[in-house]
Amino acid sequence: MIPAGFDYHAPSTLSEAVALLSRYGEGAKVLSGGQSLLPLLKLRLGHAEHLVDIGRIPGLEYIKEEGGMLRIGGRTRESTLEQSELIRSRYPILHDTVRVIADPLVRNLATVGGNLAHGDPGNDHPATMLALGAQVVAVGPTGERIIPIDQFFLGLFTTALQPDEILTEIRIPAPPPRSGGAYVKLERKVGDYATAAAAAQVTLGANGVLDRVGLALTNVGPTPVRSRDAEDALVGKRPSDAVIAEAARGAADASTPTPDRRGSVEYKRAMARVLAVRALKQAVQRAGGQ
Amino acid sequence: MATHKITLTVNGAARDAQVESRLLLVHLLRESFRLTGTHIGCDTTHCGACTVLLDGQPVKSCTVLAVQADGREVETVEGLEHDGKLHPVQEGFWEKHGLQCGFCTPGMLMTSCALLARTKEPSDQDIREAISGNLCRCTGYVNIIQAVQYAAAKLRER
Repeated sequence: MIPAGFDYHAPSTLSEAVALLSRYGEGAKVLSGGQSLLPLLKLRLGHAEHLVDIGRIPGLEYIKEEGGMLRIGGRTRESTLEQSELIRSRYPILHDTVRVIADPLVRNLATVGGNLAHGDPGNDHPATMLALGAQVVAVGPTGERIIPIDQFFLGLFTTALQPDEILTEIRIPAPPPRSGGAYVKLERKVGDYATAAAAAQVTLGANGVLDRVGLALTNVGPTPVRSRDAEDALVGKRPSDAVIAEAARGAADASTPTPDRRGSVEYKRAMARVLAVRALKQAVQRAGGQ
Repeated sequence: MATHKITLTVNGAARDAQVESRLLLVHLLRESFRLTGTHIGCDTTHCGACTVLLDGQPVKSCTVLAVQADGREVETVEGLEHDGKLHPVQEGFWEKHGLQCGFCTPGMLMTSCALLARTKEPSDQDIREAISGNLCRCTGYVNIIQAVQYAAAKLRER
């Protein structure tokens, strides 16, 4: 399959890239790793008159902890994230997540920023970033702005990014002591989108109760879903099996999956519930609880 | 639509091409350079038959624009054999019957080469994970894993 014709631009600075996006408006698309965009163009489900490749702009690939934040450059490749010792040791939820994104060959090109900016509810990073309470940095013609992840996913393939903005960084608050997280995904085969998946990030208080809980679900609605009611139901409680089961049930019941070849609504809700239980239990265990 | 003049290294040799923006790397390799060892399978980023190494990393060349490879290094299955002698990975696939129809084989070989370049003693699980983006509908993978282990042992002897 061959995409419809477009012009390709490879700016060498961020400001040049933003200027191109401003000039071409809705007709332009940002090309990061291309692992979602190029298939869409080839299948002609998507259309672009101009592709602005941000792959030649230096300084957009990094993973570092700084000022109490984990900072991930928007163009950081998934394979780099996967191999990062910092991520493996300090952010196991991110390590869980990146390992189940597509397949290793795709991860050699696909980027963390692209996974978020694409706005696909089937992508894996969004739920994890919701659970972690991340922020997204966007650069546009008037400079930089910070978008809380809760305000980022607006609808199916729609995010808060403007057509002339580029996602340059993801910021994640460094977890306090006695924190842990996990991402658990059900997929039919390697590389498939999730039938359902759950991301959980928890912090335990000194007395063993849950101080903070982030819980979000993948591919059971038009956007990734943060399960706020379930989070609220868990905070201040000891993470017993019964409490976790009840919260997971609430999260799954509130989800709005659509039936497709991956399963019926009932099946997807049932799987979301089981996966939420597993993610929460694993998160608590990693936080040093039982 | 503008075209672009690109220069890239393919199997160690510098190559120039004038390409349309939308030309895919796999089409540049097969049609412009006549390197038809790289196969087009699913054409939808699933099967890995089109796997080549881009700056040493295995990628699906049906999902890379040719213009993105400008200034970079590409290795294809044609680059594995030297002076009529098979690469140890090719020899492994021969010795251990790592193929039947052979359609996935160029991709399998390139992914295996990249794995063995970074992992001298891969476990069977390491191999399974490395090739999880390369589909084979004939072998059931068992012989492919043995073939890669054969190559790993052979490369360790060097």
